[in-house]
Amino acid sequence: MAGRVAVSVEGASKHFRLRHTHSLKEGLVWAVQGRPRHEDFHALAPLDLEVREGESVALLGRNGSGKSTLLKLVAGVMAPDTGRVRVRGRLAGLLEVGAGFHPDLTGRENVHLNASILGMGPATIRARFEEIVAFADIGPFLDTQVRFYSSGMFLRLAFSVAVHTEPDVFLVDEVLAVGDEAFRDKCLTRIEQLSAEGRTLVVVSHDLPLVERLCGRGVVLDAGRVVHDGPVVPAVERLRAVL
Amino acid sequence: MSELVVQGVGGGLAEVARRRYLLQLLVRKELRVRYRASLLGLGWSYVKPAVTFAVYFVGLGLVLRQNSIDDYAVYLFGGLVVVTAFSEALGNATRSVVANGELVRKVFLPRELFPVASVCVAGVHLLPQLLVLVVGALVAGWRPDLVGLLALLACVVLTGLLATGLGLLLSAVDVLFRDVENVVDLVLTVLVWTSPVLYPTHLVERLLGAGSWTFALYQHNPLTVAVDLVHRATWAGASPANLGRVPGDLAARTAIAFVVAAALVVLGQAVFRRLSGRFAQEL
Repeated sequence: MAGRVAVSVEGASKHFRLRHTHSLKEGLVWAVQGRPRHEDFHALAPLDLEVREGESVALLGRNGSGKSTLLKLVAGVMAPDTGRVRVRGRLAGLLEVGAGFHPDLTGRENVHLNASILGMGPATIRARFEEIVAFADIGPFLDTQVRFYSSGMFLRLAFSVAVHTEPDVFLVDEVLAVGDEAFRDKCLTRIEQLSAEGRTLVVVSHDLPLVERLCGRGVVLDAGRVVHDGPVVPAVERLRAVL
Repeated sequence: MSELVVQGVGGGLAEVARRRYLLQLLVRKELRVRYRASLLGLGWSYVKPAVTFAVYFVGLGLVLRQNSIDDYAVYLFGGLVVVTAFSEALGNATRSVVANGELVRKVFLPRELFPVASVCVAGVHLLPQLLVLVVGALVAGWRPDLVGLLALLACVVLTGLLATGLGLLLSAVDVLFRDVENVVDLVLTVLVWTSPVLYPTHLVERLLGAGSWTFALYQHNPLTVAVDLVHRATWAGASPANLGRVPGDLAARTAIAFVVAAALVVLGQAVFRRLSGRFAQEL
């Protein structure tokens, strides 16, 4: 396949220590009783994955199969226990639409804050501001505190900011269930456009028809391992069989 | 587009400096949120110190007669301004990473931004108080002198460095052990007594003994140095006799305090960076 590697995951693993108690007293009592104070949970077995520039990849799998953990490693929110995860170019993660939005700020202020959090500079934000607002289509509410927005308006604005950061690598986690049918379509069109521009896309979603529409390649995870990697349609079939 | 880069390795404080715009927005957000639905708004940053000042001034100055200090109002207010700003900065910085847990878990950005923003917010609150202090000192008879102005600048920078260093350190540890918040609150309530804010230094000297190591420790507490600096800056010029009463070795102690503060920033940054890989999963 053409193109350089955009996302490289080499032998990355992640386990979580689920601590049942932080308290000194309980810890002591539990130690005497011989009750375990923590459990280890392996979210990702050492895993290798390469995504080329311009590819759009769907991470598929059941709940708890490690999709979101993998995405968080790629986003740099978490560090892997072993191995390494590298990304080429600017990355934006839509791990959750509206993370970083504050209800007490107005829509306008939130656009600035969130765009800045996602890595845009002040000049770029000013240049794209109109476009972002037009895409979100929230009309006269721009200078109203976000707490008064309907949930649909909130998501539209948040999503609009995210898709206008124009990253080289775009991570999307289960956020395409936004707004009404019309807006959803607009979002998908925008994402397809980003992809057509040669940007790399990594999507986590349980919405299989959507995944088939957006992605060319499907990676099926199970218990933190890659069990299938190939064109998206067979991958989705494979997943359906597992479910 | 360039190299493959490992994600999530922040550039620390240097990265914060590069993302000043975001820092500025975070500070503005913090101020906006703190004073939402409030009539006085930023006015509260005048009211609170005014009340604290009035309580101490009446209680200690008038009732307990701290007569040994001339221009007690300037002396007291100067010290209070410094200690209050430090307390606010450190208290909020300690909580900052936990308070922004939502963001820390979802988006990667240099997490040092949060404690640094807390320190900046305290700085914004400090400005009007400094203005009141300067006006008060002018009324009391201070004529601005170069050494005094330098001392004031040194005081502000020193306090900011201390709060940033300790804030980085404690906010990182607070993610793992929330006990830190309570310990910090406890220590902050004591601070006003461990520096010469309410009383003159010579009373402590008499209590601990002039050459004793405990008194040396008291004098080399960086916050004591900051308080001495603010006294040197304003109170010392208010009456002719005051200058001689500023505790000695101030220049040398200032130099040491800056070294300590810089070391704390380096240590805080190192610990913060080490622990920040675990933030997302601990929050």
